[in-house]
Formats: sequence, C-alpha cells, structure tokens
Amino acid sequence: MELVILVVISLVMIAAAIMAIYSKNLISAIISAGVVSLLASIIYLLLAAPDVAMTEAAIGSGLTTVVFLYALNKMRKSGEDG
Amino acid sequence: MGKRIIVIITLALFVFISLPLVLDFIPTQELSYVSQKYVKDGPEEVGAQNLVTAIIVTYRGFDTLGEVAVLFIATAGIGFILSREKWRKRKQRCSSSILQTGTRVLLPLIIMFGIYIFINGHLTPGGGFQGGVIIASGILVYILATPKNKLIDFLISLTESISGFGYVLLGVLGLILAAGFLDNSILPLGKFGRLFSAGAIPLIYSLIGLKVGSELVNILKYLRRD
Repeated sequence: MELVILVVISLVMIAAAIMAIYSKNLISAIISAGVVSLLASIIYLLLAAPDVAMTEAAIGSGLTTVVFLYALNKMRKSGEDG
Repeated sequence: MGKRIIVIITLALFVFISLPLVLDFIPTQELSYVSQKYVKDGPEEVGAQNLVTAIIVTYRGFDTLGEVAVLFIATAGIGFILSREKWRKRKQRCSSSILQTGTRVLLPLIIMFGIYIFINGHLTPGGGFQGGVIIASGILVYILATPKNKLIDFLISLTESISGFGYVLLGVLGLILAAGFLDNSILPLGKFGRLFSAGAIPLIYSLIGLKVGSELVNILKYLRRD
C-alpha cells in the first residue's frame, strides 16, 4: 500500500516538474516547482524522515516559492523601465 | 538541433552513471559502527530524546556552525548585490484590509508554532532550522501587510547579531567548562524526555532558530526593496 502511494506521488512529482519546465506562464511554473517540493516532503515523511520533511516543506515549498515570486516581480519591473 | 542531441546524450550518460546505484543497491541490515555508537551512547551522553538533534547540535555541532555561517555569507552576498541598485522613491501601495486583518490573527500563531518547534527540538522532530524558517514566513506575512516598518528592521538586525554571538559564546563556554567546543553538558542533563533536559541543546537550538529566521527575513527584505 505504501509503495503504491509512493509511486503515485513520484509520478505526480515528475508531471509537476515537467510542467514547471515547459509551462508558458511563469507564475504557474513557480507554483508547480513548489508542488514538487511539497510532494517530496510527503515522500520524506512516508520514508520516516520527519526532520527532513519539515525542512523541505518549509524551505522548498514556502520560502523558495516566495523568493521566486519576488524575483519575477523584480524582472517585470525592470522590463517596464527599459 | 545539435544542442538537443547533446542534451539527450548527456542525460543518457547521467542515467548510465547512476544505474549501478539503483541496480547494485543492497539495503543495510544493521547500523554502521558510528551509528551504533550514537544509538547506544547518545541518550546517556547527550540526553536528547530526538537522536537527530543530538547528532546535529552536539556530535556534529561544528558542521552546524558552518551551515549557519554559510547562510550568513549568502545573506551578506544577496544584500551586497541587491543594495547597489538605486533606491527609488516609490509610493508603497497600502495592503488590503483582508491581509492586514489576517496578519493580526495569524502572526502570533505562526510565531508561537515556530518557537514551539525549536524549543522542542530535542524532544520531537524539527529544530532550529525548521522553526527559524517558520518564524521567517510569519514575519514575511507581517512585512507584506505593513510595508516600511523601521522598527522590525532594527529588531531583526539586533536578533541576528545577538543570537549569532550567543551561539559562538555557548560553544566557547563548552570548550572552557566541558569536554569541547559546543559540548552540551555545560548545563545539567536533567531528566530524559523533559523540556528542560539535554543540557544546553534547547538553548543552542533556540539561538540557531533565531539566527536562521532573522537571516531569511533579511534575504526577503533585500529582495523586497527596489
């Protein structure tokens, strides 16, 4: 049962990763990159590594997404000026 | 087209290189020598219920100090690069009242949860880094709701300096009073599994949490200004 869950999560992760690369909309690409991290943290939890899972959930899907969104915002602003 | 072929060939080579890792993988049946030592002697020597914390803060304390230093250098680098951009005076848009009201409800809860995680680092999963990141995300919400807050900038810098200094100071105290740098037995080990146990680990991990949290808030602050 656990193996089935792991395989399903891994497949969704791969799909989200591919979407993050090929998506034309940058915001949806950033969100899918965050989804990859969130699913990775669930996998860590299932593999009995709660410490790593917490770090991954907080940094990978929380802060990194915010930093990417800030960077996107900055990029758009400098695009408007020049 | 040629670029694409090179990419595919490189990927195939990566798969070929890492194939033995998957095919020849034998799950270990017993702990290695070092792990055995940690599992056997850890609870007595360090007194932490969460063995991961015992390893991170005490046995491998020097590595953790290095990690905190790396994070500090990364923050300093980001600040150096981004602060060279000109400060443009721009009217800050006021945040919406939904965000402001939500912040008032959520901020205490998020910060309390972060503090809970790093204070209980020696008992339950989690610790300084995770708690610090959670606090940073709480303060991020606050910064989003009330831009241009001079007081919080000052408080963040103060927390970062004091916690970094305290962390190294505790390490040196271990050198003087106990067996070595960052030794946790400068305080009594206490009863196994209690909140005030495992010597200096809760203190060290709280300082790490504050340090990591304030550094991450600084990164977000540098990114926010333009």
